[in-house]
Amino acid sequence: MPSNHPLIESRQQEVIEDFSVFDDWMDKYEHLIDLGKDVPTIDDARKTDEHLIKGCQSRVWLAADETEDGGVVFTADSDAIITKGLVGLMVRVLSNAPAQAIAEADLHFLDAIGLHQHLSPTRSNGLASMVQQMRLYAAALAARQS
Amino acid sequence: MMDSTSLPERIRRDFPVLQRQVHGKPLVYLDNAASAQKPLAVIEGQREYLSNYHANIHRGAHHLAQLATEAFEGARNSLATHIGAADSKEVIFTSGSTDAINLVAHSWGRSNLSKGDVVLVTRMEHHANIVPWQMVCEATGARLEPVNVHADGTLDLEHFHAALERFQPKLVAMVHASNTLGTINPVTDLCRAAKAAGALTLVDGSQALPHMAVDVQAIGCDFYVATAHKAYGPTGIGFLWGKEDHLNAMPPWRGGGEMIQRVSFEGTTYNTLPHKFEAGTPHISGGIAFGIAISWMNAIGMDDIAAHEAELVAHAHNAIGSVKGVRIVGTAPQKVGVVSLIADGIHPYDMGTLLDGQGIAVRTGHHCTEPLMDHLGLESGTLRMSFAAYTTTREIDIAVAGLERALAMLR
Repeated sequence: MPSNHPLIESRQQEVIEDFSVFDDWMDKYEHLIDLGKDVPTIDDARKTDEHLIKGCQSRVWLAADETEDGGVVFTADSDAIITKGLVGLMVRVLSNAPAQAIAEADLHFLDAIGLHQHLSPTRSNGLASMVQQMRLYAAALAARQS
Repeated sequence: MMDSTSLPERIRRDFPVLQRQVHGKPLVYLDNAASAQKPLAVIEGQREYLSNYHANIHRGAHHLAQLATEAFEGARNSLATHIGAADSKEVIFTSGSTDAINLVAHSWGRSNLSKGDVVLVTRMEHHANIVPWQMVCEATGARLEPVNVHADGTLDLEHFHAALERFQPKLVAMVHASNTLGTINPVTDLCRAAKAAGALTLVDGSQALPHMAVDVQAIGCDFYVATAHKAYGPTGIGFLWGKEDHLNAMPPWRGGGEMIQRVSFEGTTYNTLPHKFEAGTPHISGGIAFGIAISWMNAIGMDDIAAHEAELVAHAHNAIGSVKGVRIVGTAPQKVGVVSLIADGIHPYDMGTLLDGQGIAVRTGHHCTEPLMDHLGLESGTLRMSFAAYTTTREIDIAVAGLERALAMLR
């Protein structure tokens, strides 16, 4: 397993700890829905086709901005609340981190909290494509930085 | 007539998968319009072929080849009888409905359509009955025109007749029963009107074959297609039925082995029907098992299956109708076992995910009918429950209770 940037690893551990109190499937989803309701959403003005992840059942918007210190800030949204909760978790783990660390991140937390099936392309919820977009943006930025 | 409520009790034990659990809950499988589960007869029949008499068909000079050929051609005969074909050579095995429509679009379409011609379809078609026609239109300069659908999910017949008159289409392609709405189209009337207007007709029976008796002579169409896996058979096999005269006049679509009479570099002559359209080694085990699935359905009786599913639809409409903030999409008087629904302010994907967690399998999204979703203004699609002969009213009650639980969590 590739080693993660400490920032990204510690954030994943936090999420895993948050979810460790739920052993029932529905409780876990209830928590995810609550997260979805609380996620700071993307600026409405940026919910454009340009930021839409296409070809998915639930629509996902993702915007990325470079920070002054060479990191990336992500904001994202979805029209499905469970997807939005998952999107929020991804943003929590990856946003505001160095570009290189995002591009190389090993996202093991979904597996650990038992929600890895949502990253499967067959779910077509847009999450897998969103993560790919996040990595691509970060990798392009990292390439420019080096 | 047999008591239709006892049908699932009689047949559920034939389906091993229905005994399993999902996420610790008994499986409630309501995604039959996507694919039906397989009875033991089909599973065992396929296994029996693979274990005991597998060989390539039509050519071998040995015993196994003869057994395999007899079984495969026997399946073609069963299918021909089941749908009322005049001759079994009118039944062409394909990989499914999509492949069968592509065969007609590319073979008949490319040799009969030209600039300015129109192919008429309905707005409730599956993508499989839209995209092949778009491709052949692009290649020939012909045009694809859609017929509107009413808000209740029935076809706009006035628009249909007006379109026939206005466009004088060369071919009308229509779905027998909608996979999204459940609507059973009056295909006999539609084909009669299309024929009177000088058009050929193709009926997509993917959702009809598992749910009702199909008689291509009574329908009066020129082409009929369906797939095995929605009708308790295996994936990767389906058929095109066409009137012999049309099929004889059509050029082969794919070249290769099996479809030829004689090959030389000076010129190749093609085989006769049905082999002309079956290039390469077919899905032999699939064809044999498809025949078994047809026999299995007939042993139950198509009328009993249809009556049972009509009861399930009525039960589901009633049960869902009492859930607050939920609307059924598609309330045509004649429906197959398909019930689509939406809930105010709730994304279908969220409902589907929470039903899955309760062991309830449904499908969400546009169901490969994006133009229909656009037409009905359903941007996020629907949640679809779809039934089979083994579905019980109890399962529908569990699904509706599961839906209420999901909605309570999401609101």
